[in-house]
This record gives sequence, structure tokens and C-alpha cells, in this order.
Amino acid sequence: MLAHAIFFYIFSFIAIVSAIMVTVSKNTVHSVFFLILDFISISCLFIMIGAEFLGMIMLIIYVGAVAVLFLFVVMMLNVAQQKNQWFSARESSKHIPVGLIISTIIFFELIIVISGWKYKPDLVSSLSLNIDNSISNTHAIGFVLYTDYIHIFQLSGMILLVAMIGAIVLTFRQRSGVKRQSYFSQISRERSDGVELIDVPSNQGVKSDD
Amino acid sequence: MNYLSIIFSETYKILFLLVPVLVSVAMVVWLDRRIWAFVQKRQGPNVVGPFGLLQSLADALKYIFKEVIIPSSSNKIIFILAPIVTMTLALISWAVIPFSATQVLADINVGILYLFAVSSLGVYGIIMGGWASNSKYPFLGAIRSAAQMVSYEVSIGVIIINVLLCVGSLNLNDIVMAQENLWFVIPLFPMFVIFFISALAETNRPPFDLPEAEAELVAGYQTEYSGMMYAMFWLGEYANILLMCAMGSILFLGGWLSPIEIYPFTLIPGPIWLIFKILFLFILFALVKAIVPRYRYDQLMRLGWKIFLPLSLTWVVFTSSYLFYFNLLPTN
Repeated sequence: MLAHAIFFYIFSFIAIVSAIMVTVSKNTVHSVFFLILDFISISCLFIMIGAEFLGMIMLIIYVGAVAVLFLFVVMMLNVAQQKNQWFSARESSKHIPVGLIISTIIFFELIIVISGWKYKPDLVSSLSLNIDNSISNTHAIGFVLYTDYIHIFQLSGMILLVAMIGAIVLTFRQRSGVKRQSYFSQISRERSDGVELIDVPSNQGVKSDD
Repeated sequence: MNYLSIIFSETYKILFLLVPVLVSVAMVVWLDRRIWAFVQKRQGPNVVGPFGLLQSLADALKYIFKEVIIPSSSNKIIFILAPIVTMTLALISWAVIPFSATQVLADINVGILYLFAVSSLGVYGIIMGGWASNSKYPFLGAIRSAAQMVSYEVSIGVIIINVLLCVGSLNLNDIVMAQENLWFVIPLFPMFVIFFISALAETNRPPFDLPEAEAELVAGYQTEYSGMMYAMFWLGEYANILLMCAMGSILFLGGWLSPIEIYPFTLIPGPIWLIFKILFLFILFALVKAIVPRYRYDQLMRLGWKIFLPLSLTWVVFTSSYLFYFNLLPTN
């Protein structure tokens, strides 16, 4: 149990410190790296409570895909160079009311969530889950996800699909005059399409129409 | 005292795994160069040691004694971290590879997910190195490799789902045992081909070595690295290639199982079979490097997103409907 506690405190310490560093650090690329560290330590915590499937999915989805795209965007936009104008400029103070409103809402939501969990313990037991300890938690998630919660699961899939199509539609622009490579016409091209043998009359030459 | 003994025995096991992996990485670099040379009718490295076997050791010694240069405008911490991350990620995934039914360092429930997660983290070493160098060519190489590895991970993930549908477990030993009668390479042959090509792209091997295309980007993300840090990138890259070969042999070629369960084959222990299969896949990797010209970047993206992803997704539908119709879905 001692080793368990030591590892728990190490991982949660790293998680909290890196979460603070995400917001504090001046360089946006550093922020993303701290965010990745945060994700990794959170997934370690998941693994420590025995939810190895969730931990691995967290690593694959958030660290392996989402954070790569974050990093990609932050690097491509070169936000790192704008760091000083963003945080020290005078006119940024008009963002403060909006930020205050949003953070107040999030704060109250957190209070509601935590108090609901803490002062109303029957909330947890009201879920009709028969947790069978003999199967691995991957199987357990599968049994619940594809039976009781199949509609919610498919609905979230549809929402993601709509978001994806929306993003493609918003960023898609048809440009004219772009030469595209057609693999079909390349492969189906014959010698007779490309090469022509001409007898060139001497002293006259030929006129090519290119 | 109890903790100490656990720590010592685990360290012993880890060293017993890692030292052979590192030695075989060095040997495999030599093999790669040799095969490349033979295809081009050259001799390749044949001077140091018998058949040039010690060439990689000589190279490693040279790298160790070279000066490590850290560019003055680089982001120093991340610049130093990048090769360490690459190397560590390439080595920690070997923890779950089963060498036989019992010889596995960590026999975890979600072994294949762990392998997939760690291989998807591999992109960070490259991005960190490219960004921290604070120079054009490494940055372009890093951006290219980020997009490339993310795209090909998707198809690898879907191919893994195909295998998992036939197995019904995420444990690597279960995946191997499910192939006792029939290796998955036979029913899932198209998936094996796609996995092999995606593994080439995932490890930045030719013909998909755009991140380090020497004609365009000098050496890509490795341009600013020298000495030991370059050697670590290099070791990590080859350890990753070996790991992909191991993953392919576990998913499709039956891992440590012998091809036929009859007398002379059963004498050979499981780890040897796994090593044979890994070497077979690695020789294919090396041959591809020698034979195929480099892809253009848009062709690479087209191959990943427009061909491999739809094909492997369709195959998931096909596999699951086949298994469902003939009532072959694994139950446990």
C-alpha cells in the first residue's frame, strides 16, 4: 500500500503542477508540452485505480492525437512570438469581464458536481449497473456501452460526425485553375496518346500546336 | 526489505530484456546496410569484425566521442529532451512483447492498446527535436512527420480492431494463442499488407521518409543534432522499427508459435520463432528501402486517408459481419 500511495502522490503532484504550468507558462508551445505531461500523469492515475482501459484510451486519444494537433496548430501559427503582446497589452483588460463570467459559471458547476457527489451518495447507487468483478474492465465497459447506453453512444458518434463534416465544409474552398493529378488517366495512358512520329520535310519543318 | 528485493528482481528482468534489444538494434542496423548494399551490388560495411558485424559498435564509439553541439538559439531543455523521449518510448514498449507463454515482462490486460499508445507517442520525440532546434529544415521535417504519423496511426488502429474482432481480448498472449490453428495473415492478408505499409510510414522508413528527405530537408528533424544525441535518435528509430516488426509478427504471424506443431519444429523454443519472424519482417523493411523510390507528400497523404482508411474500415465491417453470420465471434 505504501508504494501505491507514493506513486499516487507523485503522479497527482506532477498532474497539478503541470496543470498550473499550462496556464502560467509564457511560451504557448511549453504550455502544450505541460498539457501533454498532465494528460500522461492523469492516465497513470487511471491505471493506478485499475481502469487500465480508460488510461490507455486517454493516452491514445488525447496524447497521441488531440495534443499532436494542438502542438501542430500552435507551432504552425507561431503563437509563441505573440506571447508578450497578448498578456501585457493594455487593451487585453477588456477580456477580464468575459473571463470572470465564464470562470464563475465553471466554479459553480464544479460546486454542484462535487456537492452532488458528496452529499447525495445515493446518486451513485441509483445507476443500475451490475458490476461483475470477474471480468476485465474492458469487457465491463463493452457490456454497458453497447447495451444500456447504445443510443447515447451512437448519438455522441453522430455529433462527432456532424462536427467533422461541418469542419470540412467550413474550410473547403474550390479553387479554379488547379491542376490535379488523375491516377486513372495516368495509368490508362497509352503510347499512341503521347507519342507521334512525323516525317519532317526538309527545309520546311513542322508546326506543332502546343 | 521486501520492496528492495522486488526492485532488484524487476531491474534484473528489465536489463535482461533491454540489453539484448539494444545489441540486436546495433546488429539490425548492420543488416539493414548490408541488405541495402547487396541490392545495389555493393559490399556494404564488411571491414570491422567478421563480415563487418562490429560496424555498428564502431559507429557508436565514434558518436560517443564526438562533441555534442547545442545550437545557441535552440530551446535547450526540449532540445536535450527530444532524443531521450524517442529512445525511452522506443524501449518501454518492449515490456509487453511476449517471447513465449510465460516470458513476458508485463503481461497486462490491455497489451495491444499499450503498444499502440506508446507508438503513437513516438511522434513527440520528432516534433520536440524539430521545434527546439529553432531552424527551418528541422521544423519542416517535424511538421511533416507529425502529419504523417497521425494519419497512418489511424489505419493501424483500424487494422488492430480487425485482429481484435477475431481474438476477443486485448492481451498479447491471447492474441498469439488465438492463432494456434491459423495465423491471421491468411484470413486477413490484405490487412497484413496495409499494416506493413503503414508501419513503414509510422517509422519514417523509405519510401515514406519525407521527414528526413535528404534532398529537400538535409536530415529533417535530426539536422542540428550531433554526437551521442544523434546516436540516440538513430537507436530509437531502429528500436521502433524492430518493435513494429514484432507487433506485425504478433498480430499476424502467430508470435512465438511455431508454423506447424510437428516434431522438429516443436524443438525450437518460442523466442527463437519470434526472433525469426521479426527478422523476416525486418528484411522486408530493408528490401523496401532499397527498391522503392520516395513518395511525394501529397501522394503519401492520399494513400493514408483515401485508400488505407476506407479499405481497412470496410474490412472491419466485412470481418465483423462474417464472424457474426457464421457465429464465430469469440466469447469469453
